[in-house]
Amino acid sequence: MALRATYRESHGITVVDIGGRITLGEGSALLRKTVRDLLEEKRILILLNLADVDYIDSSGIGELVSAYTGVKNRGGALKLLHLTKKVHDLLQLTKLFTVFDVYSDESTAINSFR
Amino acid sequence: MPQDTKHLEITLETQVESVNLAEEMCLRVAEAAGFGEDDCYRIGMSVREGVINAFHYGNEERADKKIYLALDLTPDKMIIHVLDEGKGFDLNSVPDPVAEENLLSTSGRGIFLMRAFMDEFNVVPGRNGGAEVIMSKKLPSAQGSGRNGKGEHKSESEAKGA
Repeated sequence: MALRATYRESHGITVVDIGGRITLGEGSALLRKTVRDLLEEKRILILLNLADVDYIDSSGIGELVSAYTGVKNRGGALKLLHLTKKVHDLLQLTKLFTVFDVYSDESTAINSFR
Repeated sequence: MPQDTKHLEITLETQVESVNLAEEMCLRVAEAAGFGEDDCYRIGMSVREGVINAFHYGNEERADKKIYLALDLTPDKMIIHVLDEGKGFDLNSVPDPVAEENLLSTSGRGIFLMRAFMDEFNVVPGRNGGAEVIMSKKLPSAQGSGRNGKGEHKSESEAKGA
């Protein structure tokens, strides 16, 4: 399934709702473009809602890490919300749980930026 | 090749679409071989990573090079070969992606994932000088039937790259 990404504003935080597969090719490219566009709009507090992302490969993981460091380098923060089991397990396996702030509740995630 | 081994091979172009094609093909074989959903996910992911490795690192995304994918279904395991036309590489020289200093690397997790998701994993010099990834997973019908309960398989800690 092709990746979809839309964003909305919530209490000053940009919430990006993503669905599909973040994999080599279009999926990774769309995530890269989405985050780049947000940074160009000076949106540097970003919450990626991955509730509908059912698959990520190593390319997608690399893109998430790239987004994280790109936002951080601009003085912002990028956090993750609603991981599916597969994505959760993958981040745990690759020890990226120690890097990303991960939340299962949107309000709590939004408040964590303050 | 033993008579009770089924063999399938396909030559792939060095392009992104080959990654999905290889994954889909291997998933169909894995499902037909009786692997459950979780194992199919692990096999599919490993094939993706093997072909991504061949596409990006081995063949350096050069369209004039090919990727060779082969599957062997023996009575007790599914063996996957991914061969590229690159320069080959030393498995021992691949950085550990879960080492603290590499956690923020944007690449280099493919081999780690293949090792974690498959029962056996190795890289050998290919017949054309490139690298050949060879990995296998024991069939569900053969699981737990190893000589000592482990058979030829790696321990859990080895499988997780610990």
